[in-house]
Amino acid sequence: MSGSESHLSVNDDRSVSRREPGGGLAVALWATLRRDLTLLMRRRSEVLNPLVFFALVITLFPIGISPDPQLLATIAPGLLWVAALLAALLSLDSLFRGDYDDGSLEQLLLTPQSLPMLVMAKVAVHWLLTGLPLALMAPVLGIMLSLPAGSYLILALSLALGTASLSLIGAIGAALTVGLSRGGVLLSLLVLPLYIPVLIFGAGAVQAAILGDGAMAHLAILGALLALALMLAPWAIAASLRISING
Amino acid sequence: MSLSLQARKLACERDDRWLFEDLDLDIQAGEIVRIEGPNGSGKTTLLKILSGQLADYQGELFWNGIPMRDARQAFLESLLYLGHAPGVKGALTPLENLTWYQALAGERDNEAARLAALESVGLVGFEDVPAGQLSAGQQRRVALARLELTPRPLWVLDEPFTAIDRDGVAALEERLIVHARAGGCVLVTTHHELRNTDKLRRVHLGRGGQPHVGF
Repeated sequence: MSGSESHLSVNDDRSVSRREPGGGLAVALWATLRRDLTLLMRRRSEVLNPLVFFALVITLFPIGISPDPQLLATIAPGLLWVAALLAALLSLDSLFRGDYDDGSLEQLLLTPQSLPMLVMAKVAVHWLLTGLPLALMAPVLGIMLSLPAGSYLILALSLALGTASLSLIGAIGAALTVGLSRGGVLLSLLVLPLYIPVLIFGAGAVQAAILGDGAMAHLAILGALLALALMLAPWAIAASLRISING
Repeated sequence: MSLSLQARKLACERDDRWLFEDLDLDIQAGEIVRIEGPNGSGKTTLLKILSGQLADYQGELFWNGIPMRDARQAFLESLLYLGHAPGVKGALTPLENLTWYQALAGERDNEAARLAALESVGLVGFEDVPAGQLSAGQQRRVALARLELTPRPLWVLDEPFTAIDRDGVAALEERLIVHARAGGCVLVTTHHELRNTDKLRRVHLGRGGQPHVGF
């Protein structure tokens, strides 16, 4: 096995001379994105669960309350936003669970790559397969609640922006509770208070669009919340994962 | 090749019980260190501490003479850790699993290297079968393929022989010795007796007692 000898000498150079992190990190990020997308596409039920939940809740409301279009239009913005928020929450628990159970999470923590960036790839996949479909589905369900025309675009936009923040904030909770066997309830308790600002401004944007006020102020605040989450959440998620693995 | 992992006065407590106290270890290039002890004696915990995963311990760790806190990046670039759980996704094929590990190690996408690594662990013909349909031993072999795929000087292996058949055990044993002779360094826990090893050191963890370090 003279081959391994040469392997090691190559490897020795590498451990002595620190590589530029840029190229390696981009490769690792892309591979993590692709891996998680492939995994979720092979277990479609996990992707469909939150969407089905969202659709079911919204269809049941006109039946449960009243088919009166005026009443429904009043509660539609809040209703759509609450249902989407709960649907996103529902899918959070599995964000790191699978990796924790099969040992991949240990490996993720032991890579020389930047952990905050790698978890961002995982959160991005969560948003692409949960938040984005929810945002695209919401206008269709809005018709069922006789949401006034003209607010559909704002609804989809506010949800797309808002669910990205929800994924980021929720991932902190998911990372903190991944070591617990039944972390579901604790996760909701941890994360819900932080979801409230997003909910207020998200539903507010749609309400403003219905009333004819500009929704831009609300959307701008949603964007600011997202920027804040993008800045702080990666480090919080990475630190939370380290704490969970330590326990 | 400069390569040394040192532990000074390492101690770890779990559930009001000292797993080990005053553990001094000095691991140099070319050595195989086998950590032994009964179930629950803290072998896995020690490996996790030595691979920088647990911060909940007393004592100090040095990588090439530099405190672990400052040398973490260089340490991680030299480490290959295989844990109790193989870290293999059942829904992905062995090739896809290795693609991720190759990228995590910071290496370019190289299918030939992945195929060669799978061949070295005897998984030819199983490249495109979802790992969930493979046997436990074969899944372990997928994880072991990383030893060839991403060459690193320091191997930390937690029970690598689990579920591996007799020929596989012999081949892996041989591989560990070759790695050590080439200047690498292996830290391993196993209940399996390692034979034919000239530079084998043992660390025996008892129940709460002083660890015994010797050749």
